[in-house]
Amino acid sequence: MVQKHNGTQFSSWGKYPTPVEQSAAFLYSSSELPQTDTGQLLLPYGLGRSYGDSCINSGHTVLPCSRLNNFLAFDPNSGVLRAEAGVSLADILEVFVPRGWFLPVSPGTKFVTLGGAVANDIHGKNHHVAGTFGCHVRQFELIRSSGERLVCSPQENPELFRATIGGLGLTGLITWVELTLIPIQSPYLDTATIKFRNLDEFFDISAESDSTYEYSVSWVDCTSEGANLGRGLFMAGNFSEKTKKKQPPKLSIPFPCEAPSWLLNSLFMRSFNTLYYNKQRSRKVEALTHYEPFFYPLDAILNWNRMYGKRGFFQYQFVIPFTNDRRVIKDIFIRITKSKRASFLAVLKTFGDIPSPGLLSFPRKGVTLALDFPNQGRPTLELLTDLDTIVKSVGGSIYPAKDARMSPEMFKLSHPHLDEFLKWKDPQFSSTLWRRVMESA
Amino acid sequence: MKRILIIGATSSIATAVARLCAQDGSALCLLGRDADKLTALATDLSVRGASEVSTFCFNASDIKQHSQTLENAQAQFGHFDYALIAHGNLSDQKDCERSFEQTHTELTTNLLSPIALLTWLGNYFEERKSGTIAVITSVAGDRGRQSNYIYGTAKGALSRYLQGLRNRLAPSGVAVVDIKPGFVDTPMTQHLKKGALFASPEKIAVGIKKAIERGTSEIYLPRFWWMIMSIIKTIPECIFKRLKL
Repeated sequence: MVQKHNGTQFSSWGKYPTPVEQSAAFLYSSSELPQTDTGQLLLPYGLGRSYGDSCINSGHTVLPCSRLNNFLAFDPNSGVLRAEAGVSLADILEVFVPRGWFLPVSPGTKFVTLGGAVANDIHGKNHHVAGTFGCHVRQFELIRSSGERLVCSPQENPELFRATIGGLGLTGLITWVELTLIPIQSPYLDTATIKFRNLDEFFDISAESDSTYEYSVSWVDCTSEGANLGRGLFMAGNFSEKTKKKQPPKLSIPFPCEAPSWLLNSLFMRSFNTLYYNKQRSRKVEALTHYEPFFYPLDAILNWNRMYGKRGFFQYQFVIPFTNDRRVIKDIFIRITKSKRASFLAVLKTFGDIPSPGLLSFPRKGVTLALDFPNQGRPTLELLTDLDTIVKSVGGSIYPAKDARMSPEMFKLSHPHLDEFLKWKDPQFSSTLWRRVMESA
Repeated sequence: MKRILIIGATSSIATAVARLCAQDGSALCLLGRDADKLTALATDLSVRGASEVSTFCFNASDIKQHSQTLENAQAQFGHFDYALIAHGNLSDQKDCERSFEQTHTELTTNLLSPIALLTWLGNYFEERKSGTIAVITSVAGDRGRQSNYIYGTAKGALSRYLQGLRNRLAPSGVAVVDIKPGFVDTPMTQHLKKGALFASPEKIAVGIKKAIERGTSEIYLPRFWWMIMSIIKTIPECIFKRLKL
């Protein structure tokens, strides 16, 4: 059944840009694509957790998939799960963690759909040992605008398999996904939080710990300068054999309303960052931590994006190759601290060298930094353009799932297999991001 | 682990309740109109952990067949601990105003069909001397309003029927639960503009499952609707009749 619907409520997590004249055709079963007016371009829509404009389709139609959410099959011997594309990672965790299974790769929020996880080829804290989400996808089904239904796997329709993983929803509608879950003995992890006083210390700890910890990520203080440039907390863990008797209470606090824009000033940011850095006194703290706060700390605050007010915010995530002198990443930190626009959520991680099957997949060997900036208009955009220039100069890339403003040139440079991808893109599928970055191409 | 009958199982709210019950390992007997959807849901519930799932086709407008359908389902599935009636149709008020035939159709789906089912279920549970019957009605049944009084009539009358049934079955130890959801974001309300009052079916389902397990007589979901409806019910009719609600 397909019904048309006003689609302005289907926006992105960063609330910028706002979709304009977008309609929505809900999917309740994967029997066929909806009939739309001629010239309407389609884009599957999951839970809207992409930050920029990759999940919106202004002037055209989005296909909300969240009701396409049946589990289809599970093999308790191998951990192979098949589920419809609108099933969320939260659904999977709720059903399978009690039975001793976990996601092979998990991003920083569980509120994403399987279809979205494939389309953005998401990565997580275990990239250095497990690669991207797409590395664990065995097969999926795709409906193309031609009406074809194709099962895609490394063996069957391998080109479409590679184009769809990280393909930003542009190769057709993914109806179901089959992936392999990993066995766990407990929902708890043995975790360690280690303070680093600057970027050099980060790289040392990272190099030391990536072989001992399956999961690792770092929070960085983007307001400190000089000898403290890039200080932060390295947070790592492995699934434990131990468990606690009492499960932690499931808390979810709604962020009540859109915050006023004066709240996030540089003094507030600086105080927050200093407090957070000093939340532990000793250099290293070890604990037994439940998977929820370890993997999804922000999911406890529903609608946390409201913190950035009506104008929303920009996420910016890049990856640059490792260089011997660490000069580039330091330059980037200097540029950000100088701008006085940095914020809470600066996340630093080293990616491993496990290649993704995806043609447009973002993660690749190197160091990645994710930041968010409240949308303050032109000064914010200028800062991001400056950062692009540095990233570009060393052959780095920008993550399209978090982008709302990169130039067509930057998009091209970020995606070396773009020409191959174009052969497999579905002509009736598009997005606001796609039209933006391809306009001069 | 309980043995649960769900009628109108492919509706969004019922599906969400069934999924919660499946995760507890319950055995589920599903009645619904669309055979393909029922099969897909049965598979989903098995993967989620249901110990047993049976499905039966059921058409709400065919009220003469209701008792036979329940008889068959019970014979094949075995006994029921809980029953949930969840089907319904949000009537088009304007269509109903123009045509009694349309009104009749809506009253059949939303009122006579549940009553036909409840007649069988009431006797069944009375004989067993235990169990819970839960029915999804609506806040719309609390007061007649010009915007949807046909739907409101059906749901209001159904609530009144449940009151009587509850009274009758109380000595037998059978609980009768009247669930009154407010606005829920489902295909039924897809054409409506979504405001802050809308809740997700998953959220409503948590409340329904709790109410069934506790045998609560009447519950508004989300709970704040109790407050809203208390106010709406106390407005004097001489004022209420002039309001555009």
